[in-house]
Amino acid sequence: MSQSPKIHLKDIQKSFGPKDVLNGINLDVATGESVVVIGGSGTGKSVLLKCILGILTADSGTVAVDGTDVTKIEANDRDDINKKFGMLFQGGALFDSITVWENIAFGLIQGNNMKRDDAKELALETLTKVGLSKDVGRLTPSELSGGMQKRVGLARAIAGSPEIVFFDEPTTGLDPIMADVINDLIVTCVKDQGITALSITHDMASARKIGDRIAMLYHGELIWIGAADDVDQSGNPYVDQFVHGRADGPIQMELRR
Amino acid sequence: MNFLAAIGRVVLRFLTQLGKFTLFTLTAVSHCVRPPIFPRLIGRQMIDIGFYSLPVVGLTAIFSGMVLALQSYTGFSRFNAESAIANVVVLSLTRELGPVLAGLMVAGRIGASMAAEIGTMRVTEQIDALTTLSTNPYKYLIAPRLIAGLLMLPLLVLVADIIGVFGGYIVAVYKLGFNPNVYLANTMDFLEPLDVISGLVKAAVFGFIIALMGCYNGFNSKGGAQGVGAATTNAVVSSSILILVFNYMITELFFSA
Repeated sequence: MSQSPKIHLKDIQKSFGPKDVLNGINLDVATGESVVVIGGSGTGKSVLLKCILGILTADSGTVAVDGTDVTKIEANDRDDINKKFGMLFQGGALFDSITVWENIAFGLIQGNNMKRDDAKELALETLTKVGLSKDVGRLTPSELSGGMQKRVGLARAIAGSPEIVFFDEPTTGLDPIMADVINDLIVTCVKDQGITALSITHDMASARKIGDRIAMLYHGELIWIGAADDVDQSGNPYVDQFVHGRADGPIQMELRR
Repeated sequence: MNFLAAIGRVVLRFLTQLGKFTLFTLTAVSHCVRPPIFPRLIGRQMIDIGFYSLPVVGLTAIFSGMVLALQSYTGFSRFNAESAIANVVVLSLTRELGPVLAGLMVAGRIGASMAAEIGTMRVTEQIDALTTLSTNPYKYLIAPRLIAGLLMLPLLVLVADIIGVFGGYIVAVYKLGFNPNVYLANTMDFLEPLDVISGLVKAAVFGFIIALMGCYNGFNSKGGAQGVGAATTNAVVSSSILILVFNYMITELFFSA
């Protein structure tokens, strides 16, 4: 990796009260690369994404985007950094008080000061890229199915031509076919536009399909990082148990008995 | 020792909340006075707070004016002081009942709705989505509501004052047999600008309090439906109590001499 990484995470620590959620995360994501972080529910995957996005502040460590440490920048500069980002939220997080096209055009109008008509045209065009007709643009998010909401969320994430897109559990709650459709769309959008992607998921089919590399988060640490093709032969018992979804193994679910 | 520790924990929690609330208020106010301002969003909130609250505030005002005239007559007729009824009605309404009743009604209607809407946006990650779309949630969600609350409550109270006096007039003239011209003359003769102004100042403060408590509780809601429900309850209860406290303080400020 000769050029500097697009995203560079060094020794990220984050605690909530006495609970250490992230405990020294180190990860580099190269430009145009797609990295997937896997891990069980409640292991801090979403917290990791939110620390990079600036929604949460890491207790210590460095989050660098294009070589700039974004943990030490002013609010105005943060807005400039955020313009490089797109984000697909787990539940879609579509604004339910506005229409679908307004959701997609939101970042263009508010963040990039694009004219409303131009933003609408671009939003409807992006809608067709994710396999939805332009008519859907008139609807409100509550009139859409779960799969359609994910597609609209994806359209909103890529509408501003971001350099980096984050995917938070992109296939959660979808049937296997729709999940595969979303995975295909992610691969197409990311690869076609040369976008750098960082995803978190516990859906292994999704991780294998959209990731160039996979990292596993366990107890606040990345315990394994490797090529997506190697995940089945990781030699790490934790990864092995997670990938095959076995109840028996070194990972013990915290159950109340 | 445990008892002291418990007191210490309560005090620390209170100070933490106070600090959090103060920071929220200062940040929100700073965004109200710094560009960019969103006139369209402010306009939408003004319609919601002002126009759509008119029926409930109008009904409250007219019946308050009517019952005030009726009760004053019952008391004053014992001392042959019926001519003071118009004076009592107009002073009570402009100085106290207009702003306080309108404030409490709007706190129930608008404070609850703000807390529920922003709280739902919080728990469904829509507020996080705003941040990722380079839009400051304080500027987009909080500032328009604070400005609209501050501007619309005085207008609502002005209308409530007129409707309330009209309610008193109806009862006095059509039920108690007062001469309409004399009643109106009594109303105007004893009314001073300060009576109305003090009511309008109260209304502006109440409008700010209602919007602030609705936004603060919604913005900091946690969990799911239960968290949003708790935020809504807290918004209405806290703004109602603060309205009564500030009502006394402003009255003291204007009329204590």
